Amino acid sequence: MKPDKALIFELSRPGRAACSLSECDVPELDVASVIPAGMLRAKPAELPEVYEVDVIRHYTELSRRNFGVDNGFYPLGSCTMKYNPKLNEDVARLPGFAKIHPYQPESGVQGALELLHTLQNDLAALTGMDGVTLQPAAGAHGEWTGLMLIRAYHESRGERRMKVIVPDSSHGTNPASAAVAGFETVTLKSDERGMVDLEALKAAVDGDTAALMLTNPSTLGLFEERIVEIADIVHEAGGLLYYDGANSNAIMGIARPGDMGFDVVHLNLHKTMSTPHGGGGPGAGPVGVKSKLLPFLPVPTVGRRADGTFYWDGDRPQSIGRVKAYCGNFGILVRAYAYIRTYGPEGLRRVSECAVLNANYMMHRLAPYYDVAFPGVCKHEFVLSGKRLRAFGVRTLDVAKRLLDFGYHPPTIYFPLNVEESMMIEPTETESKETLDAFVDAMIRIAEEAETDPQLVLNAPYTTVVKRLDEATAARKPVLNCSCG
Amino acid sequence: MSEIREGLAYSREHEWAEKRGERIVRVGITDYAQSLLGDIVFVELPGPGTVVAAGDSVGSIESVKTVSELYSPVGGTVTAVNESLVDRPELVNGEPYDGGWMIEVELDGDAEEAFEELLTAEGYREHLA
Repeated sequence: MKPDKALIFELSRPGRAACSLSECDVPELDVASVIPAGMLRAKPAELPEVYEVDVIRHYTELSRRNFGVDNGFYPLGSCTMKYNPKLNEDVARLPGFAKIHPYQPESGVQGALELLHTLQNDLAALTGMDGVTLQPAAGAHGEWTGLMLIRAYHESRGERRMKVIVPDSSHGTNPASAAVAGFETVTLKSDERGMVDLEALKAAVDGDTAALMLTNPSTLGLFEERIVEIADIVHEAGGLLYYDGANSNAIMGIARPGDMGFDVVHLNLHKTMSTPHGGGGPGAGPVGVKSKLLPFLPVPTVGRRADGTFYWDGDRPQSIGRVKAYCGNFGILVRAYAYIRTYGPEGLRRVSECAVLNANYMMHRLAPYYDVAFPGVCKHEFVLSGKRLRAFGVRTLDVAKRLLDFGYHPPTIYFPLNVEESMMIEPTETESKETLDAFVDAMIRIAEEAETDPQLVLNAPYTTVVKRLDEATAARKPVLNCSCG
Repeated sequence: MSEIREGLAYSREHEWAEKRGERIVRVGITDYAQSLLGDIVFVELPGPGTVVAAGDSVGSIESVKTVSELYSPVGGTVTAVNESLVDRPELVNGEPYDGGWMIEVELDGDAEEAFEELLTAEGYREHLA
């Protein structure tokens, strides 16, 4: 494959076409007679003029450059890159789901409404919450929605609390969502075990604390053992506890955030519930709440009448309003529903158990070769530090680049920020022992290469279409558009 | 080994402070900080005239990897910002104590008091250990 791939616009030659339209056999209207002058193009759109064969080759080649879960192991920590069952795709394509419209009369889409209603209930049961909105389209969107619910709650009680506390290990979306929701963020330093420092938390909460945002297990893959005390500290100060559900894959059927004291949760269906990941989505970040926040949920949710029929329930005068068009990303919700129905409660518990087992297995095999940031039993992911390789001039970034040569997507690197030269590895439950062992073998080999032949690692990757990118220049001097022709 | 320049004062958040006159203090980030951050791509600095308190976040430093807060180790009024960093943020990596300086602050109080809270080069060295 050629690294310098031309853009489709650069393949354009005047007069070429990829399709020929049949002769128009209906009366042709002059477009100026039906479209107002202000909306008419002055000159034609610069669409590329390319032969069909060249279009096909161009996009086929681009598609072959992709790397997804269907290509290989993708242990990106915090992302839960589990296999996306193709059964979910079949279900989402059933005409009764794929060919309906959200504005159809309720009587004609009872099946879809029932699916949404059941999904609302299933996610509430899984998380220990009293109500769920399926509208948010992504994790960060769910976070923002949850924070807006928290804001509405405090305002309804005549309180204007401006601060949201986030641990220093939190995913960057947490403080970002808080900022977009109008809050000021306060960062809490973790203790030496990577957990919330209770004394620091007690010092940080006050009458201005709207919420503490926590992921549990944390981004370090560790379960916050003192979560009940943490909840008490926050609640006593009048704040609410927000659960970032990114790491739910570790606890399904085992523990529920509602029981830990969380008031608001979001789930990432594109992580935990196997819907496809893509840069930019579509995802789904449903939000669950305890009863005191039910009045503020976005509208509509799906309700069920006494006669068993389902309907769009918009009767929520204190609602924060709509956060997405229609009911959110319906096709994604269908896939998540199919996943939950496939596994059932016992199956989902087994998912979490295997996710945790796989992570611990890998961590044990890697421990002699890399520094384990926080020794002890981890949950579904673990953090290594590449710092011992610095003695050979090799950094975590170089290990990641070298992994590409072995056909793997590297793990998350340089996150979480409170571990030096960090690598966060999350295998998920959908991998065979052979796959896990092969990845660990590659990591061990790279550690040995770093010691015996560091240049080999520093100049990797060798087998990929593009080699090392100049990320700094790309960030400092981005090329945002190109002119064609 | 990252450079810890003598004669400067340091904060625990990896800023350095240099007295440049009676009440003017120049601030930047340390060699250790820039090496942790990686290639700097963008620096966001406060405008001249901004009043800051010691420990306040006054701007941010963005690298390919992450965005980091810039804290002012001293309190006072910002009198100058390093305009070169707009076009050449890489100065922070190459010359963290020289061409990569970030802001200058006119102290609102006593210089001795302001520097009391900060570490010496030796103190910073220990802090890093």
